Amino acid sequence: MNIVVCIKQVPDTTQVKIDPETNTLIREGVDSIINPFDMYAIEEGVRLKERFGGKTTVLTMGPPQAVAALREAIALGCDDAILVSDRAFAGSDTLATGYTLANAIRRIGDFDIILCGKQASDGDTAQVGPGIATQLDIPQITYVKKIEKIEDKTMVAERMTEEGFEIIQTSLPCLITVVKEINEPRLPSLKGKMRAKKAEIAVWKALDIDADEGQLGLGGSPTWVSKIFTPPPRPSGEMFDGDPEEAVTKLVHLLKDRLN
Amino acid sequence: MDYLLTEEQIMLRDLCREVAEEKIKPIAAKYDREEKFPWEIVKILAQSDLCGVYIPEEYGGMGGGILELCITAEELSRGCAGIALSFAGTALGTDPILLYGNEDQKKKYLPDIASGKKLAAYGITEPSAGSDVSAMQTTAKKDGDYYVLNGTKHFITNGGDAEIYTIVAMTDKSKGTRGASVFIVEKDTPGFTFGKKEEKLGIRASSTRELIFTDCKVPKENLLGREGQGFLIAMRTFDMSRPGIGAQAVGIAQGAFDAALKYATERVQFGKTIASFQGIQFMLADMATQIEAARALVYAAARQIDGGAKEVTMQSSMAKLFASDVAMKVTTDAVQIFGGYGYINEYPVEKFMRDAKITQIYEGTNQIQRSIIALNLIKESKKK
Repeated sequence: MNIVVCIKQVPDTTQVKIDPETNTLIREGVDSIINPFDMYAIEEGVRLKERFGGKTTVLTMGPPQAVAALREAIALGCDDAILVSDRAFAGSDTLATGYTLANAIRRIGDFDIILCGKQASDGDTAQVGPGIATQLDIPQITYVKKIEKIEDKTMVAERMTEEGFEIIQTSLPCLITVVKEINEPRLPSLKGKMRAKKAEIAVWKALDIDADEGQLGLGGSPTWVSKIFTPPPRPSGEMFDGDPEEAVTKLVHLLKDRLN
Repeated sequence: MDYLLTEEQIMLRDLCREVAEEKIKPIAAKYDREEKFPWEIVKILAQSDLCGVYIPEEYGGMGGGILELCITAEELSRGCAGIALSFAGTALGTDPILLYGNEDQKKKYLPDIASGKKLAAYGITEPSAGSDVSAMQTTAKKDGDYYVLNGTKHFITNGGDAEIYTIVAMTDKSKGTRGASVFIVEKDTPGFTFGKKEEKLGIRASSTRELIFTDCKVPKENLLGREGQGFLIAMRTFDMSRPGIGAQAVGIAQGAFDAALKYATERVQFGKTIASFQGIQFMLADMATQIEAARALVYAAARQIDGGAKEVTMQSSMAKLFASDVAMKVTTDAVQIFGGYGYINEYPVEKFMRDAKITQIYEGTNQIQRSIIALNLIKESKKK
């Protein structure tokens, strides 16, 4: 079974603060980590390989320093890592990112399952996973909390919904995005850490993934951010003290006034 | 302080620290309270390749030495010394095999220990043979292809939970200390049972049990080294293992110090943090200095052993003695810095103090260590 895990390097959300003047993230001095939801995708990828054999390849698109996230994934048990990195990718929105990663996965070629975290902790869009599946024209199951069964080139998985859960069967190859209920990620192993240190990590540029330049980076991104702001803190409500009858009367009067 | 660790050793230290911070610390108080054996942590240590850090690669280990063992014991003990003892107690039980095991014995037992599949334990202490090991009563009588063991060992770390036991027993009582031998005994061997589990002041997540041998037949292939080598093996085992106790003590002291330093910079009295008072500052400075000195001595002893030095007994004893006395002092001071809060179990320092005490007692009391050091000094002075 060949597995591809797509991850993203994000700022450590426990450290991020917003500059109140400019309403932008203060990135200086903030460590980069693997998107917390992707940790579950890595763990699931490693567990699937341990169960069924094969290979788990970890993939990310990002600047050269994203190689640190890939090394961490190797320490956690992934076999191979690929960094997709090129100035041409700068400014990619979720559509362009999905396109780029899908092209990289096509170059990897032989895959049965693609795993992604349900969303990234910085952008919170939850669009890249589904975008990759759409580009590759393969089935997808999002918000998976349990892989029930894999056999005869099919997978049965349980996905979380707001109301409860759904059990879905699909053919392989497929893409799933996972929620944190799916497993408990392990810590790295010593052998893994040593392998990660020595691992040669392939870096693929735009030319290497046979991509249409028009669909890459800022040019391939129809999304634009017109404004980012911090919502003002909600003012505290008005309290009505005194005996209940009096308080209720006051509240009713106030509501009536507001409605008028 | 820079101890000039290699990149691999730093990697090992960071990984152990991560395990201690993320996995051990959050459950330490619960395991201490409930006296539960930490199987969930053993599983994590196994998955992280930490069980075999000191075992050669050809037997499935990571190929490190005593320094790697010390780094691991120290960092894990920073989280909880009782939990860390599942690892360190196994190392103690494994040392005789590493030192005197033949190829068959090593191949049979070491890979399962290295992978964390099995834990080990070391059985020497008896009710009447503590510091005076020569008073040992357990016997092993040769009978055809077997040795038949009879007797009781007590205070055995990992007792009942380990699968592999290295046991010292008298094969010829008439020869005194030259009549002892060491055997590998597997759990579930007929005639090998466990007595009561002790309730302890500290290291409560570690199991301490009696081992009872009643006509227990052990295959003769399980004899380590030769008959009569028992005391030599036991003493050489302690040479190897005592820096590990020192490392455990350093970890306990560091854990207590970290908590005390944090508390001192947060606790406000008389309108200031207590860390701004010289009385507390001097305590913190002394504690940190003593810990560093203990660590330096432990690492130096470990390096001397790893370097293949012939004489390591005295250095090993010094490391164990000094570090454990430091642990007791530092943890007591940490409780003092916490004041009344230090004395109650909602805060972590009273546990560090309880855990520290055993390091002055086991693997040779600190009085025995002083005797060993003195005897070695006198012996050396006579050579000159």
